[in-house]
Amino acid sequence: METMGAVADIGDLVFPGVETMVREESRQEEKVEREDRSTVGRPFVDDARMTCRDVNVYYGEKHAIRNVSIDVGRNEVLAMIGPSGCGKSTFLRCLNRMNDTVDSCRVFGDIQLDSLNIYDKSVDVVPLRAQVGMVFQKPNPFPKSIYDNVAYGPKIHGLASSRTDLDGMVESSLKKAGLWKEVSDRLDQPGTGLSGGQQQRLCIARAIAVRPEVILMDEPCSALDPIATATVEGLIAELQEQFTIVIVTHNMQQAARVSQRTAYFHLGDLIEVGSTDRVFTNPRHRLTEDYITGRFG
Amino acid sequence: MQSRKKETSMDKMNIGLAKRYRKERRFRLFGLAAVFASITFLGILFVSIAANGWTAFQQTEILLDVHFDTAEFDVDNLYSVNYGALVKNSMRSLFPEVKGRSDKRDLYRLMSSGAVYILQDMVMKDSGIIGSTQQIWLPADDEVDMLMKGHISRDVTEGDRRLNDKQISWVDTLVAEKRLEKKFNTTFFTAGDSREPELAGIRGAAVGSLFTLAVTLLLSFPIGVATAVYLEEFAPRNKWTDLVEVNINNLAAVPSIVFGLLGLAVFLNIFGMPRSAPLVGGLVLTLMTLPTIIIASRAALKSVPPSIREAALGVGASKMQAITHHILPLALPGMLTGTIIGMAQALGETAPLLMIGMVAFIVDVPGSVTDPSTVLPVQIYLWADSPERAFVERTSAAIMVLLAFLISMNAIAVFLRRKFERRW
Repeated sequence: METMGAVADIGDLVFPGVETMVREESRQEEKVEREDRSTVGRPFVDDARMTCRDVNVYYGEKHAIRNVSIDVGRNEVLAMIGPSGCGKSTFLRCLNRMNDTVDSCRVFGDIQLDSLNIYDKSVDVVPLRAQVGMVFQKPNPFPKSIYDNVAYGPKIHGLASSRTDLDGMVESSLKKAGLWKEVSDRLDQPGTGLSGGQQQRLCIARAIAVRPEVILMDEPCSALDPIATATVEGLIAELQEQFTIVIVTHNMQQAARVSQRTAYFHLGDLIEVGSTDRVFTNPRHRLTEDYITGRFG
Repeated sequence: MQSRKKETSMDKMNIGLAKRYRKERRFRLFGLAAVFASITFLGILFVSIAANGWTAFQQTEILLDVHFDTAEFDVDNLYSVNYGALVKNSMRSLFPEVKGRSDKRDLYRLMSSGAVYILQDMVMKDSGIIGSTQQIWLPADDEVDMLMKGHISRDVTEGDRRLNDKQISWVDTLVAEKRLEKKFNTTFFTAGDSREPELAGIRGAAVGSLFTLAVTLLLSFPIGVATAVYLEEFAPRNKWTDLVEVNINNLAAVPSIVFGLLGLAVFLNIFGMPRSAPLVGGLVLTLMTLPTIIIASRAALKSVPPSIREAALGVGASKMQAITHHILPLALPGMLTGTIIGMAQALGETAPLLMIGMVAFIVDVPGSVTDPSTVLPVQIYLWADSPERAFVERTSAAIMVLLAFLISMNAIAVFLRRKFERRW
């Protein structure tokens, strides 16, 4: 009963007035109940860069991800939200096989990048991770110079044919990451000496230096202050023109600001997917509604 | 009511606070006392060693006018010349008044028996000196040396002394004539072991230690680091790797003499390697230091933040690239520390080397890892066991050399760590 009342409160905020209460009633009938864990919304898109079908992940005996199917569209920002331990980071790390490094982790299902199953035996993880780059929760620049941080990827993949070529790549990557103006005069200084926000942008520059197709971001702003967060969010909007971005975030405002589509995970299930506007204004699943209205999580 | 209640709780807290601070002060005091105690003991150790040993860096020498009589060199080769006669002749010419067999023998005893070899070496080097008379500083016997350094008392009765009254008077005459002086003991740093303290040197043992440590380092560092990298980065976690880990930890605690027995059984008896050789010593010490190096290296690898690993893998580095480009450089300072600790342990080790025959009396300075030799701690042990009074100071001096080795090794370790250390 109590939850019902709370839902009505939200309804009042969004649709004030008596006659809207009637619409609210009818809309509530459409809501999927909490016990139902099937995905609602539109997980699939027409022009998909990555497609995931029936993905299951186990950590030892623990079933961390259950039957998740979702597409990542071309040049879109897909935000993944959900309470802690819901499996969104685990799922993100499946997309570039970062989970391979965890011994007890087993992944089942079909994850395709440009119609190629990335978990196929013939697929080499090294070029895959060059195609699907990653930015981590905590800024983790190498304890090397700023230049070497960005140049490392192109160097090991042999992308640069000459020193000047490499210089150009470093410069363009740093420019795309919005860091060039701040560090152009001290490229030889350690990357670890930068501020937290600058370090995270350096990590983004390092990721885009190998020219990936998809960039995975695992709570990239959780260790940053609001100003640095705003910078990184602005950067995401710019990067979207060239890259497909999947971002995991705890911050719902951030998801609303930067993404076009939002996926809500709950305890290993993908509960709801849809356009960000729709998910935040009119969630179709009770769990999604509970989460975005701040009832838990 | 309320304010009183508040006050009492504050009062209680204040009482407790004073107690807590007392406890803290007491603890700090204990810590300081412990530091002082250890520094004092260390100081006593160093001072007593230095006080005992510094005199070994000086050696009493006698200036002789040696006439290389052409008549004496009238033989087939220069080795069979009676160099002893040359020394005796010049000793007699210093004290022409000495007559009688036993007196003469007492006089000759002032000179080290090694003097003849010095003359022989001079002639071998330059046969042009035959026929001439040369002024040469030759080492005095260790008893004279002890007298000069005050270790033989003149006050006790003649029978209780190693030198009789006549000999002491001759020494005094020589000192007065400035023919007997304490000089810097170069022999100690250039010679191998000897039964005569004045001819014994540390060089053989030092070079033997150097060879042994070189073999140990060359084998144990690469093997240890490779093992640590494999176990930490590549090996799956299962009961086999658990077993390996437990056994490595156990090996670190095995008494070192057991490794010596193993070396004797395997390297000498099965493989037939040479006895007393630094090569075998190095192999045995490698077995002994490997657990230390592996454990330290694994700890160093573990302490590299996983975020660095993920960052490298995230941009598409292969596992090997992530390790060689990022993880190893960050773990290297810790690995070097472990290695130096292991090497210092190996440098001071005696027991396993006794088993493989490195305790032998070896006069020659070893020229390669297969030549028989001793090492510094074994040399200290051998000298400490020798009856001559003059070996006491040499034992202390050898300990000083060993400590100098250790300190310089640690200095190198600190330098390398500073050089490779990087922040993240």
